[in-house]
Amino acid sequence: MRKSFGDPIAEDLRFVVKSIVGEENFIDMTPNRSNNYCCGGGGGFLQSGYKDERLEYGRLKDEQIQATGADYCIAGCHNCHAQIHELSEHYGGHYPVVHLWSMICLSLGILGPNEREYLGDDLKEVNVFHPETALM
Amino acid sequence: MTEKTIKLGKKKKNTFMDKVKEILPEGGNLNLCLTCGACSSGCPATGLENMDPRKFLRMAALGMDDELTSTPWVWMCTMCQRCIYVCPMKIDIPQLVYNARDTWPRETRPKGILGSCDMALKNESGSAMGTSPDDFTFVVEDVLEEYQEAQPEFKDMQAPIDKQGAEFFLNQNSREPVTEPDEMVPLWKILHLVGANWTYGSKGWGGENYCMFLAEDASWKHLVQQSTDQAHELGCKTFLNTE
Repeated sequence: MRKSFGDPIAEDLRFVVKSIVGEENFIDMTPNRSNNYCCGGGGGFLQSGYKDERLEYGRLKDEQIQATGADYCIAGCHNCHAQIHELSEHYGGHYPVVHLWSMICLSLGILGPNEREYLGDDLKEVNVFHPETALM
Repeated sequence: MTEKTIKLGKKKKNTFMDKVKEILPEGGNLNLCLTCGACSSGCPATGLENMDPRKFLRMAALGMDDELTSTPWVWMCTMCQRCIYVCPMKIDIPQLVYNARDTWPRETRPKGILGSCDMALKNESGSAMGTSPDDFTFVVEDVLEEYQEAQPEFKDMQAPIDKQGAEFFLNQNSREPVTEPDEMVPLWKILHLVGANWTYGSKGWGGENYCMFLAEDASWKHLVQQSTDQAHELGCKTFLNTE
């Protein structure tokens, strides 16, 4: 999005994220916006077979995320989600990486028990919509 | 003054960089490099394969075509464009990388990317996992029905496929319908709550485009066209790319 539409779209996304989690719970990483680093999931890297290089590429992104001290990382797309999720495990940060849609629905109280694959244990049981429909 | 004009070297050969310059607007500014290194200092791919963006561009300027078109580094640069953003001359190094990918004989390109592109070309879905339009339709309808029943507040929620006249044409990464279908639902709920008039297409629903990453222009275009043709066919006004 930001590549095509520039920093104004990055501001829109910040508005969405802050509205969901609360202004005080949003922590920007450094650098950010157009000056941010790519995570390394894009450009076909995930399917290229160069796994060691891909994880080394992502080291910078992982350090950025860990430096924020944030409990959660929201990823904007699938490539980023898959890559950052792997970085979180590989470098030992173990921060959950979530899709934006999960967080929007969680904040609206409409996130069911089977739509929480990527939430951490601290949020797994929070405000569950129709908990009786959980798959055993 | 000498009597004769001094000629330096031979006629300059047409290098890889010359060819790329011809196809880019403003030649991608490829010959404007000040060698400052801002590109490399902030590039996560710097150091991989003993390469970095500045070095790659300098090698191109020097006509080191054999090295440029054989280094696997071109598959490790994600073409994120941060190098352009920080470059005082706005040099399009990512396009140089993309075109270097294109010089690799097809069968030598990374198998995973090649395989995903071929899968997408297999049917009219455009899915890198090769999922057929029928399978996609089945999964969407099945999951929707399940949620309409399990969560009665959403009994009127829709996940239309090929809805004529929808405002938004939405594509979908294959990973959800194929491996984690429940993950499609939160987005449906949001679209339902805001009253969006949207649809998937049975054709061209696949959001990922590995033919682009493969640097295979004709196949890349085919996949994009397949999706946009379907969006036009349905009379949709806005294409929503979820990727």
